[in-house]
Amino acid sequence: MSNLDPAEVFRQEAADLIETLEQALLDLEKRPDDSELVGLAFRALHTLKGSGAMFGFVAVSEFIHEFETAFDRVRKGEAAADRRLIAAALEARDHVARLIDDPDVDPARGEAILAALKVAVSGDAPVVLVAQLEPVAGVAAPAAVTGWHVRFRLPADALTLGTNPLLLLDELRGLGPCEVSAEIADVPPLDRIEPQQCYLTWDVTLRGDVPQEAVDDVFLFVRDDMELLIEPLSEEGTQAEPATPTEASAMPRAAAVRPEEVAAASSLTAASSAPAGRLPAEPAARSSAGKVERNATLRVPAERLDELMDRVGELVIAQARLSQLAETIHDPALVNVAEEIERLTSSLRDTTMGTRMVPIGSLFGRFRRLVHDLSEELGKSINFVTEGEDTELDKTVIEQLADPLVHLIRNSIDHGLEDAARRAESGKPAAGTLRLSASHRGAEVAITVSDDGAGLNGERIRRRAEEAGLIAPGQPVSEAELNRMIFQPGFSTASQVTALSGRGVGMDVVKRTIDGLRGSIDVETRPGKGTTMTLRLPLTLAIIDGLLVRVGEDRYTIPLAAVEECLELPTGVDGDARGRSFLNVRGELVPFLKLRQVFNTEGRPDPFQKVVVVASDTTRVGLVVDQIIGNNQTVIKQLSRLHSGLKTFSGATILGDGTVALILDVIHLVAFGQKLEERRRAETLGRAA
Amino acid sequence: MSKTILMVDDSASVRQMVGMTLKQAGYNVVEACDGREALQKAAANRVDAVITDLNMPGMDGLSFIRQYRTTPASSGVPIVFLTTESDDALKAQAKQAGATGWMVKPFKPDQLLAIMRKIVGA
Repeated sequence: MSNLDPAEVFRQEAADLIETLEQALLDLEKRPDDSELVGLAFRALHTLKGSGAMFGFVAVSEFIHEFETAFDRVRKGEAAADRRLIAAALEARDHVARLIDDPDVDPARGEAILAALKVAVSGDAPVVLVAQLEPVAGVAAPAAVTGWHVRFRLPADALTLGTNPLLLLDELRGLGPCEVSAEIADVPPLDRIEPQQCYLTWDVTLRGDVPQEAVDDVFLFVRDDMELLIEPLSEEGTQAEPATPTEASAMPRAAAVRPEEVAAASSLTAASSAPAGRLPAEPAARSSAGKVERNATLRVPAERLDELMDRVGELVIAQARLSQLAETIHDPALVNVAEEIERLTSSLRDTTMGTRMVPIGSLFGRFRRLVHDLSEELGKSINFVTEGEDTELDKTVIEQLADPLVHLIRNSIDHGLEDAARRAESGKPAAGTLRLSASHRGAEVAITVSDDGAGLNGERIRRRAEEAGLIAPGQPVSEAELNRMIFQPGFSTASQVTALSGRGVGMDVVKRTIDGLRGSIDVETRPGKGTTMTLRLPLTLAIIDGLLVRVGEDRYTIPLAAVEECLELPTGVDGDARGRSFLNVRGELVPFLKLRQVFNTEGRPDPFQKVVVVASDTTRVGLVVDQIIGNNQTVIKQLSRLHSGLKTFSGATILGDGTVALILDVIHLVAFGQKLEERRRAETLGRAA
Repeated sequence: MSKTILMVDDSASVRQMVGMTLKQAGYNVVEACDGREALQKAAANRVDAVITDLNMPGMDGLSFIRQYRTTPASSGVPIVFLTTESDDALKAQAKQAGATGWMVKPFKPDQLLAIMRKIVGA
């Protein structure tokens, strides 16, 4: 912990605080009167400023100081948290983030933002700079001063509240040679004495050329409620009896007390207070009994988790080899250990993957800002609803999801949601609704972005697709396929290109990214009612359960989540020479691919061929293999860059015996099968016509 | 025996900085991230002084000071609060609650040590 770079600790913390600030500001826009939110935002600013200055982020701290001053007016209820203010505050928040990265960034811009913020909070009231703490303690003492006479008496409860007069005296002594005397006249008889009270008045004569501020500073904390008299010593009158006001004359002169004796007297009071402090252990115990279980979290660098995941992956592979060995050796003791280790490994795998899981809410939070900005920019009022923030996904997946979701949200807002006038025409509420939700569905997580806008325009998509040469004019295309056209490169139906979308880049990138995550994307649209985009993503990228199959001499892994069923290939169903044909599975035609032919496998096929039916969404494809070996934990290894262009394989894994098995890319294979089916349908249609 | 300082702040960076400074100067440091935790730590440790932030989630500094001062163990223990606003009203409130002194954020390590010397001694 202590070897962490403090500036780095600050940066991490600042990122969290800035996030908190942003969320609070955005919430505040909806509930401008929520003082708790104002407090939250203010606290974030306050902490940022304080720690910023301490860690040398002076520019950040100075900027926030102004920001905070402006925002303080909101906290004090002098200014309303209206849209203008929130917009300005968000700008300022962005600038803070920039300043943390680079303290010299664009000071003029910072000034402008602050100016806007000031206008937003006050109209025209000038910003009152918070006065510095240093008390203006009158004029500095003239050089002629040779010392001070200080007389003070602490409030009765000062000792209880932690003020230690000995330290005050020590501090005075630190300034120069002192003569200290205590007045004991007010000390009551022993039977009436309160051990924790302070009855003494001290007279100190301090010699030396000491500025008055220094003396004032000694009493900085107690000055407000104490009796204190500080006056310069006259030049000749070293022992000059100061003409103290009335109270002094009322107090009989005390014998001069040596500092040590004062110390003794004071430690007497301290000693008597100490046992009193110890006695009541009971209330202390009670307060700890009522303690709330803290949800302790730990910050761990992501690469360390990646490393851990790698190690677990290696362990899984080693364990597979052990299991295989144990099986061939047939030693019951060894089998026992192997099974034990298998059990432990798989729970270790689950735990490790659990540590990488992050609630998707962290991602959703970022989009609130995006929606806010877009709604401002386009003048569309939007009701942004998020659901299922607690749904957990692998951190890597979440990171890679950010950009695709930004595209989808932009698209929904820009193309999907109509402007207020058009919405009114079709009898919808003026504010469009954009819903972002996440939920678990089996081994997958589904994320949907849905709007209640105009829906996709089938006609226009068709026209555009024909123009772009994606389909032949008049070619029969299913609605679902038409909708999928929007994911084709270079496709955009927006007649106007705006700054946000409509350049035709985006949707195809979204599709590619989601494919890369072994996920899928789906569009559902109802004209006039809205569009729903559904992303399905695997829970994790690192280890999956796979089904191991053999084709010829080689083994391949099929992600188990995609496997629907396994069948035997009926004899006589051979398909055509190009390795594709159709199989009747309980009345449904399923296209199948003979992997032997796809992979150009040599040698004789096994006499009884098996079919693994894989599916993504509603489309199914059968894969014909020689043998189904069984389940295995598949540690996904990325293919080298040379091989990354291969579409049929999504990666490779190492088997128990050390050989490599390629992992089949089901989505790609299904798409391949889908094309087959469509061609067949087109052919049948053609024949019928 | 070295003095034990209870440091209460929700910011890990401030806690780290204050903790390091104080430890180097020979103090023991007990850290807490909000008022509630601070009360527990104060009950569990012998504390010679408390440094607390005022703005904290959970239990804030003022409530912490008030509650802490109701425990007899707090008698004679100086409490310094951290504040970025040199807001006199707030200062008065904190003193009323039982604080001994204050420190304006941002502060430098030597300022911190000067205040600690002033309030608990070396």
